[in-house]
Amino acid sequence: MSGREYRLRTPLSVGDVERLRVGDIVYLSGLIFTARDEAHKKILEEIESGRELPFNPEGLALYHCGPVARRLDGGWEIIAAGPTTSMRMESVEAEFIEKTGVRMIIGKGGMGERTADAMRRHKAVYTVFTGGAGALAAEAIKRVIDVYWLEELGIPEAVWLLEVEDFGPLIVTIDTTGRNYYEGRRREVLRRAEEVISELASKKLP
Amino acid sequence: MAVTREDLVSAFRELILTTANRIPADVYEAIRDADMSEDNPLAKAQLGAILRNMELACKRGRPICQDTGTPYLFLEIGDGFPLRSQVIEAFKDAIRSVTREGVLRPNAVDPLYARNSGDNTGRYIPWIHVDLVPGDRVDVKFMLKGGGSEAPSRLVMTPPLKGWSKLKEAVIRAVAEYGPLPCPPLIVGVAVAAGGDIALSLAKKSLFRPIGVRNSDPKAARLEEELYKALNKLGVGPHGFGGKYTVLDVKFDYAYRHPASFAIGVVTSCWATRRATMTIESSGEWRITSKHLYPSNGSCVTG
Repeated sequence: MSGREYRLRTPLSVGDVERLRVGDIVYLSGLIFTARDEAHKKILEEIESGRELPFNPEGLALYHCGPVARRLDGGWEIIAAGPTTSMRMESVEAEFIEKTGVRMIIGKGGMGERTADAMRRHKAVYTVFTGGAGALAAEAIKRVIDVYWLEELGIPEAVWLLEVEDFGPLIVTIDTTGRNYYEGRRREVLRRAEEVISELASKKLP
Repeated sequence: MAVTREDLVSAFRELILTTANRIPADVYEAIRDADMSEDNPLAKAQLGAILRNMELACKRGRPICQDTGTPYLFLEIGDGFPLRSQVIEAFKDAIRSVTREGVLRPNAVDPLYARNSGDNTGRYIPWIHVDLVPGDRVDVKFMLKGGGSEAPSRLVMTPPLKGWSKLKEAVIRAVAEYGPLPCPPLIVGVAVAAGGDIALSLAKKSLFRPIGVRNSDPKAARLEEELYKALNKLGVGPHGFGGKYTVLDVKFDYAYRHPASFAIGVVTSCWATRRATMTIESSGEWRITSKHLYPSNGSCVTG
């Protein structure tokens, strides 16, 4: 695990993400957008029916997040914005990457083989932001550029286009070679669990 | 002067705000100590982010996590307390008003009709446990329990002869199988009882005991210590990045069981374990009795 640090700015190029490897740490500036379950469906439906999206997602980072947001005079304030569990989006993410051209996905808990394969083919990376760190994420969000489908989807499910500054640490767990860090970690932890269980079984009971 | 309904509502508002925004001192100190002794760079990056997050929440007066959880309330009401029958309604008023102000995310969903009540109250929510005790004050324990970290929680019913080995296995598997998903490092509560409901309820309540404080029974304390060390051999680590700290602590509690049953309850809580305790006197005076992270001259201190 390298632990090398990068400071990147969106829009990300193929070159920007191709040099990243599993274990690298990224601090991201520029534009990112949020999408959870319903927003993935919505964006894919819009593209499918040939409608133009209200913003250009190409080269941006997609953030799996449903923020707590408060309306201010003439705008919005993001109160807390930690990541949500990414695996819920696994069934649609490969298609989403292909159709939108996002170069980075930010979430928590990792994603599966279909997403890793799409990232290898279309050159994108998956990064983890600290689960639960809603205040730290909110601090990195400098401005709400816009919010889309708010009426239809509600605050947590709507698509928020956000300007961020040094958002991170984001740890790369799927890179453009398709390597998927959490897959190996999971096997390793389950192997150790069996060892620990048999060790405990040999000990005297309380 | 005797306590009024308004006193109760303002006491509970402060209790809820403290719980959502100010990490308990023992949790902060445990993460800080873990960060100091960790040498895996990715685990350390996560612990550092968690610490910065706790400090920002404290300085800005904002929620520690955007999932402000499910409210759990444990009340010990003195039989001489003047407003016994209004305590629960006052608590509901308080949580509704804090939710309306945008501090708590509305998390109460009707499972039959898929409708969010919008104010963190609903059928059996907040979940409230009441004990009637001698005296004239109210002692309150309150927890905002994160949704994701409930996922590994489980009930195992086992023949008593296999009880203790099944208990250890259940605890290890719960934590190993879910890896990064419940937001480790975790606090794990474990309990044994006659029935499943008792075991899970005691496991949940054991999470109130501060990190590092062992069960007063020496056998139970040894079991906690053994499970704590075993879990930290798994190498899940903060958000699944490995290292020394998969759990911050393990808490064990028990009720007398039935000769034929050995119910094991396992409950996990994320690094953002949010809990607070409070005492309300019959005069209406109240104070938060748990220690938390507070802002002080631009930085944060525990107290």
